[in-house]
Amino acid sequence: MPVSAKWATLLVLAALIAVTPFFFPSSFYYRVGSLIFINGLAVTGLVILVGYAGQISLGHAGFIGIGAYACALAPEYLGLHPGLAAVLGAVISGLVAWGIGRPILRLQGYYLAVATLGFGILVAMVLANETEITGGPDGIVVPELGLRDLLELAGLDLRGSVFWYWFSGLVLLFGAWLALNLHRSPTGRALRALHGSEVAARTVGVDVARAKLQAFVISAIYASVSGSLLAFQNRFITPDVAGYLHSIELVTMAVLGGAASVLGAIFGAGVLTLLPQVLTVFAEYEQLMLGFVMMSVMIFLPAGLLPTILRLIGGRSE
Amino acid sequence: MSELIQFLFSGITVGAVYALVALGFTIIYNASDVVNFAQGEFVMLGGMITVFSFAAGLPLPLAALVAILVTAGIGVALNKLAIEPARGAPVVSLIIITIGASIFIRGVTQIVFDKQLHRFPSISGDDPLELLGATILPQSLWVVAGAAAIFVALYLFFTRTMTGRAVLATSNNRLAAKLVGINTNWVMTLSFALSAAIGALAGVLITPITLTSYDVGVALALKGFAAAMLGGMGNPKGALAGGLILGVLEALTAGYLSSQYKEAATFVVILAVLFFMPQGLFGRKSTERV
Repeated sequence: MPVSAKWATLLVLAALIAVTPFFFPSSFYYRVGSLIFINGLAVTGLVILVGYAGQISLGHAGFIGIGAYACALAPEYLGLHPGLAAVLGAVISGLVAWGIGRPILRLQGYYLAVATLGFGILVAMVLANETEITGGPDGIVVPELGLRDLLELAGLDLRGSVFWYWFSGLVLLFGAWLALNLHRSPTGRALRALHGSEVAARTVGVDVARAKLQAFVISAIYASVSGSLLAFQNRFITPDVAGYLHSIELVTMAVLGGAASVLGAIFGAGVLTLLPQVLTVFAEYEQLMLGFVMMSVMIFLPAGLLPTILRLIGGRSE
Repeated sequence: MSELIQFLFSGITVGAVYALVALGFTIIYNASDVVNFAQGEFVMLGGMITVFSFAAGLPLPLAALVAILVTAGIGVALNKLAIEPARGAPVVSLIIITIGASIFIRGVTQIVFDKQLHRFPSISGDDPLELLGATILPQSLWVVAGAAAIFVALYLFFTRTMTGRAVLATSNNRLAAKLVGINTNWVMTLSFALSAAIGALAGVLITPITLTSYDVGVALALKGFAAAMLGGMGNPKGALAGGLILGVLEALTAGYLSSQYKEAATFVVILAVLFFMPQGLFGRKSTERV
């Protein structure tokens, strides 16, 4: 029996997560790995919004900020367990996305871009300016998630970076599984239909406004969870996680890798997370090369990196 | 009262610069449907190149002219090397290409020049003038006058000259413009040169007040983009109105409410305006053809 595209994607992803640590020369690479998975999770959410539904958001780092700061603030002010704080962050992100999505998603193209951009900047600004609560631009310490202690009780003692590598890898797999299921669900089909043409989708009975709102809320929750993971992994966050540049970075990861497919987008997250680490060798040429890579990939490989590579290798795309 | 006038003066000065950046967005958007996020870098280049040619011994007006011409050349190169090859790409890809271009230009600038803050002397000195009970820098008047002159000149160019009308025709309908013999590729090149030159001039005018460094373009592009969208993308009147409204709003918020949240006010207003007028203040009502 041939493997379906969904399981093929998940198998490739699981294999990559499981096998790469054998080639890690030091524990630093575990850290980079988990960073790729955490970015990959947020980008998977963007695949649903950008790749499936064809909408754009330049403000998704705002939701990352909400998820991250929920983990820092809720345990301190509400006495919540850090794990529950992450859930609370996801709920808040979902509600906020639902609230602002209703008016914003009527906008199209560049108008949607500037509206989401404004939202993200507002979140970053509140986080940076409400110094008494959020600690301001200097950032704030995040409590320990506590999962590692549980594992230790169960007899599995992992170092921080190693634990976060496997944990964020698992969460990413789960996120990818959900996104792939969504792709073939009625909602996913509705999203892809309105991507092709909103008018056509409407005439066959798709509730366009509702479908777009669903995609926006789902992708916001992905971003929020990714922000929570980032906060727990790093144990410290600054308002920069919610910044405009981070939003741009996320969209770039999705589109660079190939926003139409989950695997492509995660690949893009990998490339763009690794690139700055590699480019530090070139010191002051780092920005120049980053900009050059962004431009040339989009000009010469408009479908994104991974789909193009796959077509070159096997003559088939996902 | 004099306080209000003081805030208005600073708001209009900054607003004039936003309006020029927004105008740059508008010109390129009309010719090519591309929103050029590297627009802020043109302003930065205008300031930086003037600084370094002035330091190299050129007289200030000549240094400014060199900066404007070089920046216009960079605008043309951007069009030829990055925008034209990606013709027909989706909006998201074009956004990433121009953002990539802006990062690239910033990267080159910090290598060719440096990462320091710079300024050069104002055109008419730095002694503030008394006006209506408030003070204003002579350079602010130059900024406002320069912006006004550009808007008038462009209005004349677009309505009175054959070339200007060719640009307008191209922005209305590229295919139809081609059919009547307009060289639309040349129109695009011209638009990028014009837009880059306007950005550079804005940079030359504002640098004595706000200083410049390799990274001032990011914030300017953001504000100019917001201003253009507020006014309605593609409409020069909208760019002017959007820029001034944004500048004045920022100055008033900073003056009366909180300087930390001055940008918040502008984005709240933009969200509110787009909520009621999804095409911006002066935007064309577009209908989608099925």
